[in-house]
This record gives sequence, structure tokens and C-alpha cells, in this order.
Amino acid sequence: MSDNKNIKFSDEALALCNKLMKRYPEGKQKSAILPILHLAQAEFGGWLSAPTMDYVASILKIQSIEVYEVASFYSMFNLKPVGKCVIEVCRTGPCWLMGAEDLVKYIEKKLNIKEGQTTADGMFTLKTVECLASCGTAPMMQIGETYHENLSFEKCEKILDDYKNKGEEISHYRKERIKNQSEIKQ
Amino acid sequence: MGRQLLINDLDKEGIQSLSGYKANGGYTALEKALKMNPEEIVEEVKKSGLRGRGGAGFPTGMKWSFIAKPPGVPRHLVCNADESEPGTFKDRFLMEKKPHILIEGMIISSFALGANVSYIYIRGEMMYVYHILEKAIQEAYDANLLGKNILGSGYDLDVYMHVGAGAYICGEETGLIESLEGKRGNPRIKPPFPAVKGVWDRPTVVNNVETIAAVVPIINMTGDEYAKIGIGKSTGTKLISASGHINKPGVYEIELGVPVEEFIYSDKYCGGIRNGKKMKAVVAGGSSVPILPTELILKTAKGEPRLMSYESLSDGGFVTGTMLGSGGFIVMDEDTSIVKNLWNFTRFYHHESCGQCSPCREGTGWMEKVLHKFLDGHATIADIDLLWDIQGKIEGKTICPLGEAAAWPVAAAIRHFRSEFEEYVTNGKNLKDVKHYYRINNLQTA
Repeated sequence: MSDNKNIKFSDEALALCNKLMKRYPEGKQKSAILPILHLAQAEFGGWLSAPTMDYVASILKIQSIEVYEVASFYSMFNLKPVGKCVIEVCRTGPCWLMGAEDLVKYIEKKLNIKEGQTTADGMFTLKTVECLASCGTAPMMQIGETYHENLSFEKCEKILDDYKNKGEEISHYRKERIKNQSEIKQ
Repeated sequence: MGRQLLINDLDKEGIQSLSGYKANGGYTALEKALKMNPEEIVEEVKKSGLRGRGGAGFPTGMKWSFIAKPPGVPRHLVCNADESEPGTFKDRFLMEKKPHILIEGMIISSFALGANVSYIYIRGEMMYVYHILEKAIQEAYDANLLGKNILGSGYDLDVYMHVGAGAYICGEETGLIESLEGKRGNPRIKPPFPAVKGVWDRPTVVNNVETIAAVVPIINMTGDEYAKIGIGKSTGTKLISASGHINKPGVYEIELGVPVEEFIYSDKYCGGIRNGKKMKAVVAGGSSVPILPTELILKTAKGEPRLMSYESLSDGGFVTGTMLGSGGFIVMDEDTSIVKNLWNFTRFYHHESCGQCSPCREGTGWMEKVLHKFLDGHATIADIDLLWDIQGKIEGKTICPLGEAAAWPVAAAIRHFRSEFEEYVTNGKNLKDVKHYYRINNLQTA
């Protein structure tokens, strides 16, 4: 086990973890691993370090290896540090037919990075991902929970500039949602 | 023709909320269902002829009737909202626009199956839809449509959201169950089937979003009336996700049996091919089903008009036909490179193979590499036969159908577009330098 001392969920995130674990039968709290790893990514800088995964294991009362093997299987979990904004461009068939390949090249040129890399200022990481079920509005990219669809180069440029100007850290699981859980009683 | 049962009222104000949904007739099917016996509901669904809308097309009523009922063991309904078949986006559309039809369908279906705790497994990328559904669920609890003693019926039900994290394989029902248990999404060997031993070894039914939503109109109108819609054994309506080089991409609800030609060219649906181009090929049911060239998608080998139905699309088997699948309808124009598109699909399956079965884990990677040789201009004629050989050694030799899903597109592309592979062999270097003659969407002005 790594040193967990500095890794701790906020009170709100911990309360949400407890709600999530209660969704499954007694003794089956391991089922909450995917939702809790999403929370961990939102709380701890957009990626899952080994100590973060050990911490999640301690919450779920399972072995660390059980968290590692799951975290490494699912493509939404980042096992290395990422930028504040992770750009996920869909590269699969229907998006490709509509020019996704050119879109990726455009973003690479604009940000001066290659796919899989992070900009020097730590603002953006560029990932390509598989079909995001947005084929009718191709090409598209996802940033955090937001789908940006029907993209052109200009539209893409404006979106990236907006994120850069705001400079906020964006996660898949909405952080405001962790703070305000009024709609999540179950 | 042209009845819509699922997305007929999306223009109504507030249809996303409980009050808007109820104002437009929502939850009347639930009130009706709670006065029926669970067996009667299963019977209505059987009569309706409803078939699984996720891709396999298995009769839903029959699937329900297989659920084991050992005394004292809880049963579960799990909604498969892990929509990830390339070309398919209907479930996301439906859940986002009309979340309560799914919740209402979940309650009726859970009641029919005798489940008191049910789950909606949604893919992690659709996190914003996850929040929409969580809100809808909370509204339903507040209105006693969920929770204890629903509408005074004595029936208790909890519905919980569960979120995935990016894995195509979790759309396979046993992969989904493994994932719901908090593990890697490795599909299970069957039998035992989920209806006997599913999540946490309990009897489980996994149904697609659209399938569960369709139960609502079936209860409202009766199974017999629903079965009158459509054609033959393809009853009811189906959501079709239309994408690619068409004028009007989007989600369309059709009565099964609409001619393919009408679907592609009518302004009511896809509105024809963009920029005045000609159509080259169609993948009719999501990336896994065989691609067909224009002449075979519009007409069967016998020369009859091809219809949007399970039977008509599969007419001719895999030699000249395809499948309705998930209804992911991808249209390609004359500039599309079939070989490069195939490489893209094959890379997808290689990426998404869970790695359990060697034929799939290794074979998808080999096929991707061989296809890359074509694109780079290094392939020989023997590589066409090699591809054919590899795909044949994956099909039918894996635990789950991802093997077939990876093999079929390769077989169909070679079968119908062999000359294009040959062109890459003879002229591949030039094709690489000039263009892959695939269409570049005009991103500058889109």
C-alpha cells in the first residue's frame, strides 16, 4: 500500500461515495468502483495515481489490485497526469467519414502537440477516442461531460480558446454536482 | 405508414420533465400495468412481437419468460444504455429528450419480471445524460412512481443509475453484468444465461433502452395493436440513427418496412446524398453488420425492393444481404475509400477486444496491420486472401459476438469491393500520396 495520508475525498465526495455504495446489495459495494473512480478523477486532478487507487480500494474495502485491474481496463480513466482540459476527439467510422482525421491534425497543429500529449502550459491533453454515439452530428469532440458537435475548424478554435481563457479544470463528473447533491437522494 | 410511438411528442413543452411528460399522456401505461398481473404484461409483450432493439433482435417477451424464479432470490432488470456500436446514437437521443419514457418502461418491465431493484447501466461518456436520468428518477420518487408501494399498488421498486467508463464490450450483456459487479468487462461463457445466473448470480434480464421504452406504447395500445404496425415478424416502430454523407443525419422513428430507397432519398428521412454525390455503400445496422454496395442495399439479389425490416435486410444471407442490427445506418458516398473505412472499423475492434479469447485478441490486431499494409501501398494480392483467412478463423470461435462483429465487416468488404483492395495493391503508393480518396468534409465552412 502506498502512503494515503495526503489523499482524502472532500466531505461532499465522501457523502456521495456512501450513497453510491448503498445502490448495491450488502457486501457487493465493489460494484460502485466505476462511479467512485470517476469521482476520484474529478477530485484528484483528472487522473488516477497509485495512491489514489489505493485510497479508493480502502473505501470499497477491497484489494488495491482489484482497483488497478479495473482502472487499466476502461479507457476513460487516465493513469498518467493530464492537462486541465482533456480533449477527446471521436475517431471512429462515421466521424472519420465526416473529417475527424483532419480535425485531429488541426488540433495538433493549433496546440503544437501530438495525440496523447499535453501542452507545455498544462492546459490541454489531446486524446482520440472511439465512437461517442454522436454520429449524426459528426465530427465531434468531448471535453468533460460536454459534447461539442458539428465541428468546423473555426468552431473548434473558438471552443478551445474559450476553455483556455477560463483556465478551469474540467472533469467528466461535474464538480458542482458533487457539491450540490439535492437531486441525488438515492 | 409513418406512425411514431417513442419520439412523436418531442416538440411538446417540458417533455423532459415529469410534469410535461405526464401532461402528454405519460405514466398512463404504468397505471394500467399495475392493475394487470405480471404474467399478463409478459403475454402482451409476447403478442406485440417486440424484438430486442439493441442489435440481436431476440423476441423480448420470450427473453422475459426465461427468467428463473427460485424462491427467496431477488431478480434484477438491467437496462443496457451502454450504446457504443459505431453509427448508433438513438438511445442517447431518446434518454436525453424523453427520459421519463425509459423510467416508465423500467417500472412496468420490472413489475412484469418481479424485480424490486433495477439498474440503468449508462456509458460513462454520456455523463450529462446520466445526470438527466438521475433527475428524472428523483422526480419519479417524489411522485411515488418509484419507491415503496408505487401508486398504492403494493409494489416496491428502486431504480438506480450505474455509470460505465469507456468499453464497447460492456454493451455485451454478460460483459455488462461483470462491469456492474465492479470488474473488467470480460464476457462470460454461456450457459448459464443471465436469466438464470446474472448479476451477483441472481436471475437477470438485460434489455436495451429502446426495447424498454417500447413496452410503454405496447401496454397503452395492447400487444395485438402494436403487432399490426410494421411488416411480418418485424413489428412496431424502430429508431434509426442515420449518419454519414446524407443531407439530413439524425434519429428517425420508422414503421418497420419502409423501403430503404425511400429512407435514404425521401426528404422525410435522410434527404438524399450530400453535395449531389452518388451513393457508394451503406452499413445498415451499426459497424458490425456487413457493408452492402448501392445496388444490393436498394434491391435484394432477386431484384425486389429492400425494406427496412429484420427479414428484408437479411434477405440473401451474408452473400448478398446484411442485418438491421442496432439501426445504425451509415451512408457512404462515391468518394469514400472502402479499404480505409474498413481499416478504421478494424482498428476499433482491435482497441475494444477485451483480450480473453486469442482469436479475437490476436486476429483483430493482425487484420488491422494487414489493412495498414494496403493503405501504405505495401500489400500484395496474397494479403487479400490472408485477410479472408484471418476473419474466417475469428468468426464463431470466441466467447462473445465481438469476434463476429470484427470478422463480418472484413468479409463483406472483400466480398463486395475486392477490386478496391486490388487497386491498393497495384496503385497503393499513389493513392497514399495523392489521397485516400475518402471524402474530406469541408471543415473550413461547415
